[in-house]
Amino acid sequence: MPERLLIRDGRLIDPANKIDRISNLLIENGRVAAIDAHIDRNADEVIDASGQIVCPGLVDLRARLREPGLEHKASIASEALAAVRGGITTLACPPDTNPVIDTPAVVDLLMQRAQSSGKINLLAIGALTQQLEGEQLAEMGALQAAGCTTVSNACQPIRNALIARRAMEYAATFDLTVFISPLDADLAAGGCAHEGVVSTRLGLPAIPAAAETVALARDLALCADSGARVHVCGLSSAAAATMIARARQDGLPVSADVSVHQLFLSEHDVADFNPQCHVLPPFRSTGDRDALRRALIDGTIAVICSDHQPHEADAKNAPFPATEAGISALETLLPLTLAFSRESKQPLSDTLACVTCNPAQVLGIERGTLSIGAIADVCIFDPRAHWTLTAERMLSQGKNTPFLGQEMCAEVSHTLLAGQCVYHKPGQTHA
Amino acid sequence: MKHNLQLDAQGRLNHFLSIEGLSRDLLLEILHTAQSFIGLSSRNIKKAPLLRGKVIANLFFEASTRTRTTFELAAKRLSADVLNLNINASATAKGETLLDTLRNLQAMHCDMFVVRHADSGTAHFFAQHAAAGVSIINAGDGRHAHPTQAMLDMYTILHNKGGFEGLKVAIVGDIAHSRVARSQIHALNILGVSEVRVIGPKTLMPAQVRTLGVHEYNQLTTGLRDVDVVIMLRLQKERMHSAMLPSEHEYFHLFGLSEEALSHASPDAIVMHPGPINRGIEMTSAVADGGQSVILQQVSNGIAVRMAIMSMAMQTTPRQEASHA
Repeated sequence: MPERLLIRDGRLIDPANKIDRISNLLIENGRVAAIDAHIDRNADEVIDASGQIVCPGLVDLRARLREPGLEHKASIASEALAAVRGGITTLACPPDTNPVIDTPAVVDLLMQRAQSSGKINLLAIGALTQQLEGEQLAEMGALQAAGCTTVSNACQPIRNALIARRAMEYAATFDLTVFISPLDADLAAGGCAHEGVVSTRLGLPAIPAAAETVALARDLALCADSGARVHVCGLSSAAAATMIARARQDGLPVSADVSVHQLFLSEHDVADFNPQCHVLPPFRSTGDRDALRRALIDGTIAVICSDHQPHEADAKNAPFPATEAGISALETLLPLTLAFSRESKQPLSDTLACVTCNPAQVLGIERGTLSIGAIADVCIFDPRAHWTLTAERMLSQGKNTPFLGQEMCAEVSHTLLAGQCVYHKPGQTHA
Repeated sequence: MKHNLQLDAQGRLNHFLSIEGLSRDLLLEILHTAQSFIGLSSRNIKKAPLLRGKVIANLFFEASTRTRTTFELAAKRLSADVLNLNINASATAKGETLLDTLRNLQAMHCDMFVVRHADSGTAHFFAQHAAAGVSIINAGDGRHAHPTQAMLDMYTILHNKGGFEGLKVAIVGDIAHSRVARSQIHALNILGVSEVRVIGPKTLMPAQVRTLGVHEYNQLTTGLRDVDVVIMLRLQKERMHSAMLPSEHEYFHLFGLSEEALSHASPDAIVMHPGPINRGIEMTSAVADGGQSVILQQVSNGIAVRMAIMSMAMQTTPRQEASHA
């Protein structure tokens, strides 16, 4: 690693510090040393970022890497390559691996694999209940000691409200943030598409929006009772966004994220039984999608995440209801986030906050910023570059995305993890 | 909207997956072609040589007697060779994927697959993966579509009513879970009836049923007022166990078709049912066997209509050749 790395003449955007200007970024010993238009100190290496945007490395709150247990879908090594190519430097991995992340040993395994990849900062989200069965509490104290800052039951419901309350109380004991994915198991049972015009027409088993709001209402009430800090994952309905806004007005310690594809797709994308649009929670109405966009702009939703779920081809090669849900999304998080900024006319710095400092804050880690002294995770990209998403181009082992064949804007030229170059675009030399 | 998977570049039928997206002219062509096959059944030699040398595989992943039998009869009357595959007992039980099943049968040079499956979208999935020249006929996919049933119902209506203009049609029962109802609604609207009504309790209605182009009624006699065609749907017994209905007794009392209830319809209304009937649940025996019932006609018409659809999908210009048979 060079002791001193200078990134010159880029448009520096650091949402945490409200910086958006052409400047130079000096990195010393893996940390941000200076941001200044006139840096004359000698550097060991120089990256010319003129015409490019320099921002903190992206922080992705929810990405399945499929390891351990589902290595036929993906591995930490394969997905780390995809992440850094997409400018992502920190990934949080939900606990629904096999074995489940409910013991320090599994946390250690994940950390070791990530370290040996040498590319990404990986955080394990600990299990809230043992085996995610919603019955017995996981050893959250031990999970925290192993490095977990957050706990969740992934997509598994905790049907028993008393156990959900106890789990939140116990998590609050350790100041662990509880991630919830609100979906009432009975209302959603057997469903694979939004209960609306398209599922009515196609006869697809439906999941009503109430499956989300019923579960969310319970968990918000328990949040108020238990004092736990709650982060709500993957909002899909307008009604749920309204509930989050109200809870935040009431002063509850609640934050929320949206999966990036929910900002672009709706139930109508399912209309030809396209299994690539099979996601959970399902794509809802265009009205819901527009409400999610507004909730991002007014700050109700603070985080955009990839909700990366790579699959092998066979998982999507069946009639729609029989396919597995999820999208391989690491490589489209940045382009789609930028597209949202452009379409919604939200200032770029505000949109980038949703994939940098805001998710870092949810995770309680000091990343996602270019503050002086911060760990130098950096993403440098050309906002004007255009490219087409193809299976051949994707580095993720999972090629399952409804965006295949579409033109994407913005191409990452360099990704730095703690000052070290972990990705550079082929043909680009790193000084 | 993307190009219709069912049609070839010339707009002719290639697969038959769903009524939705097909033109009025094409539906009328099916009905007219079926008409040319109707006389065949009463002849001494009940065969036409249109599909001679073709192999048709009946792929039924869900149990069926009536539909499979009429497809088999239709194929045999067109002189095709027919394979009946009881899939539940063979391939999928051994873990074979649907795609592997399709590819293996294609490797045996089957020309047409008649597919029934519990998942909505299965026929589309097969059509997307079928080799060139292979036709897929949807014999029912989940709650999505049962287009050959809808066409035989349209034939029966046409035969009894002489046309579609001005007709009021009521479909009664479990609309939410019914592929038959969805296909009928599309067909009736495309063929230009004046009104399609759906009648049933809210637990058996899909969420946005009005967007299908129907009027919703939750009360039987109100919904039946002045209708020309009454289509009763089959009620699955499992609806009683999933909190959709309290009991068969109450369902029959409120939504079962009795002679009294039928008296609210137009005096010359016909009564239809896709079968098999639950007597005493969906309708009384007096209605099922009464003068207004055309239920057995539906079954007979099913053979001719399926012959028409199969020969059109294989593009063997049936109307001319049939006349020589």
